[in-house]
Amino acid sequence: MSRRRQRGFLKPKNLGKTFGRFLKYISDYKLQLIIVGVAILSSSGANIVGVYLLKPIINEYIVPFIGSKNPDLTGFIRMILLLGIIYLTGILGTYTYSRLMLNISTGTLKRLRVDMFTHMEKLPVKFFDTHTHGELMSRFTNDIDALREMISNGIPNIFNSTITVVGVFIMMLILSPLLTILVVFMLVLMLFTVRKIGGRSAMYFMKQQEALGKVNGYIEEMIEGQKVVKVFNREEKIKDGFEELNETLRAASTSAHTFAGILMPIMGNLSYVQYAITAAAGAIMAVNGIIDIGTIGSFLQYTRSFSHPITQISQQMNSILNALAGLERIFEILDQEPEEDAGSAELVYAQKDRDGMITEASEPTGMWAWKIKNGDGTVSYIELKGDVRLENVTFGYVENKTVLKGVSLYAKPGQKIAFVGSTGAGKTTVTNLINRFYDVPDGKIKYDGIDINQIKKSDLRRSMAMVLQDTHLFTGTVMDNIRYGRLDATDQECIQAAKLANAHSFIMHLPEGYNTLIHADGSNLSQGQRQLLAIARAAVANPPVLILDEATSSIDTRTEALIQKGMDKLMEGRTVFVIAHRLSTVRNADAIMVIENGEIIERGNHDDLMALKGRYYQLYTGMLELA
Amino acid sequence: MFKKLLPCLGKYKKYAFLTPIFVVVEVILEVFIPFLMARIVDVGIKNGDTEFIIRTGIIMIIMALLALGFGVLHGRFAAVASVGFAKGIRKKLFDKIQDFSFANIDKFTTPSLITRLTTDVTHAQHSFMMVIRIMVRSPIMLISATIMSITINRKLSLIFLFAIPVLGLTFYLVAVNAFPRFKAMLKAYDNMNASVQENLIAIRTVKAFVRDDYENKKFIDAAENVRLAQKRAEKLLIWTSPAMQLVMYACIMAVSWFGGNMIIGGIMEPGELFSYITYSTQILVSLMIMSWVFVSVVLSRASIARIVEILDEKIDITDEESNNKLEVKDGSVIFENVSFSYSKDKNNLTLENCNFSIKSGETIGIIGGTGSGKTTLVQLIPRLYDVLEGRILVGGHDVREYNLKVLRDAVAMVLQKNVLFSGTIKENLKWGNENASDEEIIEACKIAQAYDFIMSFPDGFDTQLGQGGVNLSGGQKQRLTIARALLKKPKVLILDDSTSAVDTATDRKIRENLRKNVSETTVIIIAQRIASVIDADKIIVIDDGKINGIGTHEELLRTNSIYREVYESQKKGVA
Repeated sequence: MSRRRQRGFLKPKNLGKTFGRFLKYISDYKLQLIIVGVAILSSSGANIVGVYLLKPIINEYIVPFIGSKNPDLTGFIRMILLLGIIYLTGILGTYTYSRLMLNISTGTLKRLRVDMFTHMEKLPVKFFDTHTHGELMSRFTNDIDALREMISNGIPNIFNSTITVVGVFIMMLILSPLLTILVVFMLVLMLFTVRKIGGRSAMYFMKQQEALGKVNGYIEEMIEGQKVVKVFNREEKIKDGFEELNETLRAASTSAHTFAGILMPIMGNLSYVQYAITAAAGAIMAVNGIIDIGTIGSFLQYTRSFSHPITQISQQMNSILNALAGLERIFEILDQEPEEDAGSAELVYAQKDRDGMITEASEPTGMWAWKIKNGDGTVSYIELKGDVRLENVTFGYVENKTVLKGVSLYAKPGQKIAFVGSTGAGKTTVTNLINRFYDVPDGKIKYDGIDINQIKKSDLRRSMAMVLQDTHLFTGTVMDNIRYGRLDATDQECIQAAKLANAHSFIMHLPEGYNTLIHADGSNLSQGQRQLLAIARAAVANPPVLILDEATSSIDTRTEALIQKGMDKLMEGRTVFVIAHRLSTVRNADAIMVIENGEIIERGNHDDLMALKGRYYQLYTGMLELA
Repeated sequence: MFKKLLPCLGKYKKYAFLTPIFVVVEVILEVFIPFLMARIVDVGIKNGDTEFIIRTGIIMIIMALLALGFGVLHGRFAAVASVGFAKGIRKKLFDKIQDFSFANIDKFTTPSLITRLTTDVTHAQHSFMMVIRIMVRSPIMLISATIMSITINRKLSLIFLFAIPVLGLTFYLVAVNAFPRFKAMLKAYDNMNASVQENLIAIRTVKAFVRDDYENKKFIDAAENVRLAQKRAEKLLIWTSPAMQLVMYACIMAVSWFGGNMIIGGIMEPGELFSYITYSTQILVSLMIMSWVFVSVVLSRASIARIVEILDEKIDITDEESNNKLEVKDGSVIFENVSFSYSKDKNNLTLENCNFSIKSGETIGIIGGTGSGKTTLVQLIPRLYDVLEGRILVGGHDVREYNLKVLRDAVAMVLQKNVLFSGTIKENLKWGNENASDEEIIEACKIAQAYDFIMSFPDGFDTQLGQGGVNLSGGQKQRLTIARALLKKPKVLILDDSTSAVDTATDRKIRENLRKNVSETTVIIIAQRIASVIDADKIIVIDDGKINGIGTHEELLRTNSIYREVYESQKKGVA
């Protein structure tokens, strides 16, 4: 949460390329952008021309008539009307470009968000292992926010300010080259000040961000561990540690804000100095007849309109660079390789004809088959049975650190295979490979005789349901969450599944039963209740293969005994992989694999392994000192 | 709205006080400059008085430079004051939270506490800076520029009588109407972000059930909602610039026309007209800035309210009435008719009328289903929560009689959710005892069966742990937290399901070590596994907040049906 606020003032690494890609993104709005350009031009142009008109108004329509009893005001009126028309164009321009930019920015941001999200959904699990949630969240919040600022404010502002500075300068030259020379001197001074202070300010802001990051990190860590702090009486120590970081932040932050805060008064007052010089110099020139009053009037207005756009340009440049750095990070995500999915075998409904040949069915038949496209354009069907083999599989999450070493195993359809072993031995890894959360570099995994790399990933996963170690629920009703297993399941089927998982009774106790809303990953439910829902979700999915990874670890043993029957029914006729800490859960498995350090060190059924008096026996009797 | 927080300024008060003063000085200097300019034109040029021109010019430059100096000063002071203010708030908040009881923490929840300490403080700092600087500058500018223009020409200034209300009303209407729309937009934002967060956390579930299309569709809807909400909100806001321009241009035109006529009529001078135009810009720009600042200060009001809420929170548990000299003399624990409710509601009890007594040095097991109240029960002993009814005696005295620090030093607790902090293993262990010697640390680790795995790391006790101890396995973390608690050399040691991730053999060894090495300490073990409590002196069975049975393993097997049921459920798989 707090990390979101830590906006770094990092410069983009490859400015040109990033900006180029950005242009491609907003090129959908090419026509609107052209109109925006014209509108900005008319908006700032109107202001510049309007000020210029002061000169002829004074010189030609006011001064000549001073003291006249019967002045001819028609020319004056005409000038005022002309001024009105010019100003109206300007106002129209301002509104047009603001309105169009709103369109462009909201549209572009939506497109970017959707692109990023849909791409993210396609990325391999490995990507999520190596990026923290905070980091990825920050792409969606900070980086997009900075970009919004850039599109709706930064770019139009810079454009606007540049036009103003250039336009005003040209007008000054037209009005009085001599006075302009004076102005140039001050202008250079202003630019120099902006560069100096702006640079300092950016540097201190970076320092501030660093200090802020540390303070926020400390806050997060300590508040999250607040209860431990209390239990250990560490309050005073913690306060001291915080005070130190807080003071560092204060010092850095004061410098940063000082430089940001003095820029405006310096620029504003420098422009007054310039105003004073111009007024005095102009007056002297007027006394000597080199210049007229109208010119001085217009010129003075121009000198005042210099400082603001220059300050703007400097500030907006910083925020644009910041936004582009964020955009670069967004593009980095978009450039990540999606999950590899070269498989072509698809999962289809199937039926057997009289000869026992498998054909494709258009409706659910209770039977599934793999549809394989052969090289010669023909298709063949293989019945989905749930036969899973691992052949000599070696795997590691990071290079040079193998988690599984040459594992081979064979699960016959309908068998229950259990994995046993200490934490970190590699049990979960096996299941992660079977559903291709990770790809195997060495060895083969075959599913009904097909190499799983040949199967379309989505179809492979649809053929198996997983109940994972950490149960995750989604915002929505309880019913929605159960239906997550199969989107077209009826309410009745969902309730049936909940009953099977023994979740029905606690659901009925919730304030609105199945319609109770679940918030923030189900924080209003206990861990055990969440696991029951996850089991119901798997039951609704009704797949031929089931993977249960510590599915009942948070359910107390009494409740576990209660749902045992349901679990047995759920597992019936399916190939099941079970990982369990509690050995009681795996006892009736057809085959138990004891994994240690990435290798299967024992395999067999309960009786075999007990007779072996090996690791399993040890684990088992260790547990069983009560018997 | 800052009133309550003003004490947070501390020694930066004088800067907060000087800032607006300097702002006022700067503004007044600034406002005089166009007036002098008018004098140059109308007196200097008219009379051809070069000396007057130069003199006035120099005065103007000096004034501008003075204004610059004051501007820099108030820029600096505002930074010092507002940043110091933020620091003060942060310190007050943090210190206050350190005094919070568990009930206080539960009430606010951890993420909300973090937001208040981070983003809310930043908002408060920002709006404080605005208030002492811009909220002073703009109105003063508005007023003094108006006064100047009235001085120059009373009649002409009637224009502002129209302009100011029209522009003010426009800004007001935009702000009032945009406000609810912005709120709606923020809500749409939150929804969308929640959807991203959810997907990040549950990515494996999404992939396992092949729901990416489904999630994409949900997200696209959420993103579209954000787009529409943002457009709806900002559509109003973008009216402010053209409205501002409209009024300003109208003013310039009016000033030119009426002013021009006055010059012709001889009641006004051209230089006055020029300064008049400058003043109208100053007036209208200040009005616009005031409206911006107003909106953002209003928006930050919620942040300040959230901060004040914490500072005003009544601390649930204090030891003000405790006896400072009282020490915990032994590890006996007695519960007398204890009832407890998290909501302090007698009709919603988590624990109901619990009675039992533990002798010093005994080992006690507590067994019960999920949500039966085991954790709640033991948290009352170190006074992490206060009882609703009845009392708890530790070492012969009501826990409320002890100084909190004394009590909690004597009662060590290993929480279910074990937390380690970034730093080395040794630093984490020293939380138990700042002055623990290496020998003591090693001994505690050996008892907790942590020594071997610590030594297997290349850096041993100096191994750096990431935040939350991310680079350790669950079982390793649990063993470290036990060692950390042991270092306190407590009279009572409470292990709340603290070996759930430790394998059974190690679990047994830890219990053996505890019996052997800290025999004088009362040990209370909450466990799921019967095996973990089987050899306890006494086992307490809790069911639905009530004590269902107390006795040894054999006694309970005979007399207690729940205990027997739990035992059977665990035995069945095994025997």
